[in-house]
Amino acid sequence: MDFVRNFPFISIILSLFSGPLSSILNGKWAKRLNTAVISVIGIMSQAVLVYVLHTGEEFVYYMGHFPAPWGNEIRVGVLEAFMAVFFCVIMLLCMMGGIAERQKEIEETKQNLYYIVVNLLLCSLLALIYTNDLFTAYVFVEINTISACGLIMIKQNGRTIEAATRYMIMSLLGSGMLLLGICFLYDLTGQLLMSNIKEQVQLLAVSGQYHIPLVVSLGLMSVGLAIKSALYPFHAWLPDAYGYSTLSSAAILSSLVSKGYIFLLVKIFYRVIGFDVVCDSKVINVLFVFGIIGMIMGSVSAIKEKDIRRMIAFSSVAQIGYIYMGFGLGTEVAVVASVYHILSHAATKSLLFVAASGLTDASGGSRHFRDLTGAGYRNKLAGVAFTVGALSMVGIPMFSGFISKLLFAQAAMGHTHKMLPTLIALAISTVLNAVYFMKTVIRIYTPVPKNPDEATVNVLPTTECRNISAKEQPVKSVALFLFIVLNLILGLNSEPIIRLLEIGINMFG
Amino acid sequence: MSKKVSDEQYQKTFSYKFRQWLDGTKDPFLGNVEMKKQESFHEDAETIRQREEDKKHLTEKVYDLEHNAEVRIFRKIYKVFCVLFCTFLVLMLLAGVSYLPTFGSADNPANNEVAARYIENGLQETGAVNIVTGMILDYRAFDTLGESHVLFIATCTVLILLRIDRKEDKITYEADDRTHEPKNDVILQTVARILVPPILIFGCYIILAGHLGPGGGFSGGAVIGAGLILYLNAFGFAKTEKFFTAKTYRRMSFGALACYSIAKSYSFYTGANHIESVIPLGTPGAILSSGLILLLNICVGIVVAGTMYTFYCMFRKGGY
Repeated sequence: MDFVRNFPFISIILSLFSGPLSSILNGKWAKRLNTAVISVIGIMSQAVLVYVLHTGEEFVYYMGHFPAPWGNEIRVGVLEAFMAVFFCVIMLLCMMGGIAERQKEIEETKQNLYYIVVNLLLCSLLALIYTNDLFTAYVFVEINTISACGLIMIKQNGRTIEAATRYMIMSLLGSGMLLLGICFLYDLTGQLLMSNIKEQVQLLAVSGQYHIPLVVSLGLMSVGLAIKSALYPFHAWLPDAYGYSTLSSAAILSSLVSKGYIFLLVKIFYRVIGFDVVCDSKVINVLFVFGIIGMIMGSVSAIKEKDIRRMIAFSSVAQIGYIYMGFGLGTEVAVVASVYHILSHAATKSLLFVAASGLTDASGGSRHFRDLTGAGYRNKLAGVAFTVGALSMVGIPMFSGFISKLLFAQAAMGHTHKMLPTLIALAISTVLNAVYFMKTVIRIYTPVPKNPDEATVNVLPTTECRNISAKEQPVKSVALFLFIVLNLILGLNSEPIIRLLEIGINMFG
Repeated sequence: MSKKVSDEQYQKTFSYKFRQWLDGTKDPFLGNVEMKKQESFHEDAETIRQREEDKKHLTEKVYDLEHNAEVRIFRKIYKVFCVLFCTFLVLMLLAGVSYLPTFGSADNPANNEVAARYIENGLQETGAVNIVTGMILDYRAFDTLGESHVLFIATCTVLILLRIDRKEDKITYEADDRTHEPKNDVILQTVARILVPPILIFGCYIILAGHLGPGGGFSGGAVIGAGLILYLNAFGFAKTEKFFTAKTYRRMSFGALACYSIAKSYSFYTGANHIESVIPLGTPGAILSSGLILLLNICVGIVVAGTMYTFYCMFRKGGY
């Protein structure tokens, strides 16, 4: 056996082990360990990706001495390895971007606890990506949920405690529904291994036996994961959690935590139930409808918002809606579009969060729109980065958001019933996106008037503003620069990535 | 015919005292135990005013209920939807359950080759007499590895939320805890003195015999944790600080989890690469048997006990 095949297992264990190890280190060393672990895992995942592409087939890795239905196993294909690489890159950039805020907002003695939480979060994401066992997935969903709460409340003020409580309640409801769904499925098939469940479910689907419990189980799992990833009517926890937590937490939560659950849902659709059975059930129609409502309502809430961080958070609701709409279309092309949107949204949303914090730094820490007037001139790099993110979210060619919207539109073409609603929703949502993102971009590039008169006195910032050069925050500047590059790569070089995703999804099925 | 005893002598006997205690004429603890009358609950006008101000601030400033029709309407709809959602969920689950395979019937899908192998070969393959332990710590050890880290991350988040690190806060919380702590309660201390050693020993037994009979790290750790909490309640932090501090907990949990991770990594690695593991299974039924399971049980036990004790300390005063 090639040694590369050990890498997924080593990366899971490494991130798991670095959690307890950080607990005996001080904040400074825990930070170094965290950076090292994320980088090493990213490199190892890259090696795995190259290896899997080279051999052209997925491989199974036993976790222990016993073969699959008795022991645990992980399964590595192209999509899994690619996701692992991507998640590591985004996490590293998010941690780099929020480094100054963490020093300021987290108590000195609790710094290392933050890194424990991040390490275990990374571990749970990797395990969710690689696992081939439904119950293992549930165990790591638990770790993911608890560590996300830790991420929110590490910056301790009333807002974050309230946000964490809300997140906890909603997320536990989602976990409970996921667990119930798994129980139902176990009762019907007697298996927990994904591939074995799929065999049994195919038999049940052909014979028509246990039809109702099967649909109930599928519904419970989809809705449970939809709640956890903030699909529209269940998004109440989101704006506070993303808006008030410390910067790197907000970026990680929006770009990784919710995406991990969505990836698990893709896995359940393809690996556990079988995508044809999922499409035959009516569950995807529900996801489709709520996805479309979310696309519009999320943007409407974002337009009403006057706080830049909360506005970006509400925009997440709309983007999650896109992803679920893609699942709802029920074709493979649409799922590829959704997975591409996972990448594009993860790269863009974390960029927006980091850039917005750069802008607020230049406006005396205020996030109110009025105080952001001219912030693009005061912090040039953050201004450019925010503009890139905004253009990408709106869907301007050259940036990643355009490609995913194009893919969604292509996927909707030729669909008998869902074509029209999809295209209309895409159009409306794009216009709404443009309204609030362009409003912000125009605002940050409106120069502060030198001699305020009657007309312009309302746009004057109320807080003390100062100029911030890129050298002043070197790490954040590097992170912003890399984020911009990542966005351009996703936008200009999308062909190979889409092909990679297609190979991965085919391997999945 | 027994000898008649004078009243004076009689009053000294045990039976007289016992009788008094039964009648309720004399309380043997009166005067021997420090007692404090419960004070009636008083709130000074300042706190009441403060609370009302907060409430007013919440409704008028934070949510601005008067001008915020959206929130008002939302709060009304919210209640209706809560009921509807719960009813729907309950009905759906009931409907789903009623179509499930009959509980306990022999030809259920769950009675398949997976369970059969656990039952038939579990003893030979894992060396554990207790099949459940063999299953969670050998066949499906990866899940349990995750599960013990769930406990660890839960403790970490509780530490984030409740640990008091600022010096001045620490002093106030300590003082607050002192006033509410039971002080030298004879009943509690006597009972604790008798009970705590057996509880701890029983917990150790449950952990160590996890592979031989019912028990294991999770249950044994919970028993030990409960014993420690009882000890703490009876004798106070002054006694427990001598052997259990934040540093102890950090080192203990790190040691246990690191031990677990390393031991299991070895077994995962050898298993996946088809290398023969050098760890002997031993004779089933002996205390030193069943490969790594005993070690893993001890690790899990330490983590669980530490977690329980830490939770209690954090909720009580935000420190050890």
